[in-house]
Amino acid sequence: MTDATNAHDGDPQVETCPDCAERTVLVYPKFERLWHWSQAASIMALFFTGLAMNGIHDLISFEMAVKIHTLVALALLLLWVFATFWLFTTGTYKVFLPRMFGLLKVARYYAYGVFKGEHHPYQKSLTQRLNPLQALAYSALKTVIFPMVWGTGLVYLTYNFWETLPNAPFWLEVVANLHLAVAYFVVGFVILHIYLLTIGHSFREGVRPMVVGTEKVALTPEQEAYIERHERWRLVD
Amino acid sequence: MPHHPFRLSFVVLSTVLALAGAAVAQDATKATGSTADHSKFKELQKDFQSGPEVTEACLGCHTEASKQVMHSVHWKWEFENPTTGQLLGKSHVLNSFCGNVASNEARCTSCHTGYGWTDMSSPPPADEAAVDCLVCHDNSGQYTKLATGAGHPPLEAKGKTITGADAWVVDLKQAAQSVAEPTRENCGGCHFYGGGGDNVKHGDLSSALYHPTKEVDVHMAQDGLNFTCETCHHSDRHIFAGSRYDVHATDPEGTGKPGVMRKDVATCESCHGTTPHDMLTVTGIKLNDHTDRVACQSCHIPEFARGGVATKTRWDWSTAGKMDAEGHPLHLNEYTQGNGKELHTYLATKGDFEYGEDVVPYYSWFNGQVDYTTADQKIDPSKVVEINKISGSSGDGRSRIWPFKRMEGRQAYDSGLDHLVYSNVWGPTTDTAYWTNFDWGKAIAAGMKAAGAEYSGEYGFVDTYMYWPITHMVAPAADALDCRECHAQDGRLANLAGVYLPGSNPFSWGGLIGIAFFVAMAGGVLLHTTLRIFTRGGKGGHHD
Repeated sequence: MTDATNAHDGDPQVETCPDCAERTVLVYPKFERLWHWSQAASIMALFFTGLAMNGIHDLISFEMAVKIHTLVALALLLLWVFATFWLFTTGTYKVFLPRMFGLLKVARYYAYGVFKGEHHPYQKSLTQRLNPLQALAYSALKTVIFPMVWGTGLVYLTYNFWETLPNAPFWLEVVANLHLAVAYFVVGFVILHIYLLTIGHSFREGVRPMVVGTEKVALTPEQEAYIERHERWRLVD
Repeated sequence: MPHHPFRLSFVVLSTVLALAGAAVAQDATKATGSTADHSKFKELQKDFQSGPEVTEACLGCHTEASKQVMHSVHWKWEFENPTTGQLLGKSHVLNSFCGNVASNEARCTSCHTGYGWTDMSSPPPADEAAVDCLVCHDNSGQYTKLATGAGHPPLEAKGKTITGADAWVVDLKQAAQSVAEPTRENCGGCHFYGGGGDNVKHGDLSSALYHPTKEVDVHMAQDGLNFTCETCHHSDRHIFAGSRYDVHATDPEGTGKPGVMRKDVATCESCHGTTPHDMLTVTGIKLNDHTDRVACQSCHIPEFARGGVATKTRWDWSTAGKMDAEGHPLHLNEYTQGNGKELHTYLATKGDFEYGEDVVPYYSWFNGQVDYTTADQKIDPSKVVEINKISGSSGDGRSRIWPFKRMEGRQAYDSGLDHLVYSNVWGPTTDTAYWTNFDWGKAIAAGMKAAGAEYSGEYGFVDTYMYWPITHMVAPAADALDCRECHAQDGRLANLAGVYLPGSNPFSWGGLIGIAFFVAMAGGVLLHTTLRIFTRGGKGGHHD
């Protein structure tokens, strides 16, 4: 596939594509949607049970919270193994690669333009459905934040294998506190993530593609031709 | 064949009458599968006149029995701690109950497994016939020892027995013919009444264990496993597994060979292994992760002194000696325990008492080592003195978190030398015993003299703690401690150092940093929303 980001209008900060045709395309295949929603449900479950274990609420028993938290975390890790495999074999990982181009424009929009009623400066394309800010945020999430959560989580979970090390109770406390701090950060991210769905379109419109899989995106003539020939299953209309 | 009601009841009645004496013995024989029915032995078909006379008959066949018993702690009341070298045992240690055996012999040695030990400064009687076989082996249920008889049974209906009941005339012949493996009644007759009454001392050993429900003791319940004490406390040549002085606080060996129950220790692990919870469930795996740091007892004995019998939790000797208006020793019964029995809350002879039932234990790291504050050790009377110190820490690699009964006491000490003291409390005919004369000066001087200890002549009272490891009254699994009893703020282990307990501090530094992140992000969203509303940016523009 070719790169869809061609800036033709002389403004190097804006990614637009005047030759592109808007087509309704299957952007999120079944696996990706399954992944997204399983992950969303898992994070909610982990959040709820994590709060219970941490003593913030006692809506469920500690025992049940530990059970759910452990099983869901392990299932999510397994899902991430599959997702990582899928990202690299399909090349989809490229959508998460951070890029500077257009980043400031999008940042400026959220910090200022949105209040002025400006239009969102980013045009989604098939290969770059994430705006530069999203790409940066998601790549940070996947490479820094999530590994910190599951890394500390696994170390926490396997305490009995390293408890004989010197000062193990102290290090367990460190690990547990890191896990906790980063977990709260993830929940903060979820709030942001949901909130941003309300910007630029209705919340419904924002969520819809991840439910049905299809979305109107700009296709370059080359992409259109390629898809017509090789990936007809992506084309809905 | 049609049953004739009359004939049936006649048969039952005549059987009962005919076998009244021997029935118990034969039942015991059947129950244990023994090949010997002692009621048929000629040696035992005589009217014994004393305990030692019965023992002589026993020794006629069981030639080595007394020699074995005489090597046991049950006999010697002496235990040299192999780790600390301390010389312990009932004959030496001090406690926060009646204090000490020395100078109170005939009362205290009423529970000695022998006859006639009347002087702690000498070893127990050397005569093999002085071993009391019946106190452990009687199965007739009517053998007992006199409360003040230095181990002898009551041979006339006068005085009290070791359990505090009015004494009856013991039938030694019936007792001798009934002998079998020890039952709970045998062990309980002394061990349930330590400290001078039912469950006074241990907290987890009371008369509630004679016929416990599953809720009180899942192993000993008669409608369940119906364990005797010896099911766990294995004996070999009259030496029993299990010691309070040198506790098996952790047992990484578990069951030993697969499917084989170990018989050298009285630990939970010797039957249940080291990973007793279901390894196929998250909860089971997680609980098994606990077993190296938390003693089984900590979760499986959620409270002690269950089953309606209270334990003494505080004993203040310093208030003893009050008389009522008529000048008689004052006594108050202001505590009624679960089974309805009223208990003394004040006695002029003993001072003030407090009791507890369903008591939440005191928890501590414990590696099995107990150091006693013996009478030759200097104490700091400005602090609470620990009569016995529980050793252990999170970092020593062999400690686990154990439940204890922490007995609070206030008892006499030598304020000149800062030592704990021995005191002479019992002695109806002496002019030194406190219970007879209400004079601490004389009582302490006599106690110290009997124990051969130095005394400055000045005394005061000091607050004490004494720790009793809790290990009996294991509850059914369903009643095991809920996780949140500990995994919560101000949980049961809140004061325990060296352990990180998830859930015990929701606002730890990690929690606070995380919450700060969360608040910043959520606050940002709120601010953004507000700005959008006020600037009428609304939803903003659509994507191009």
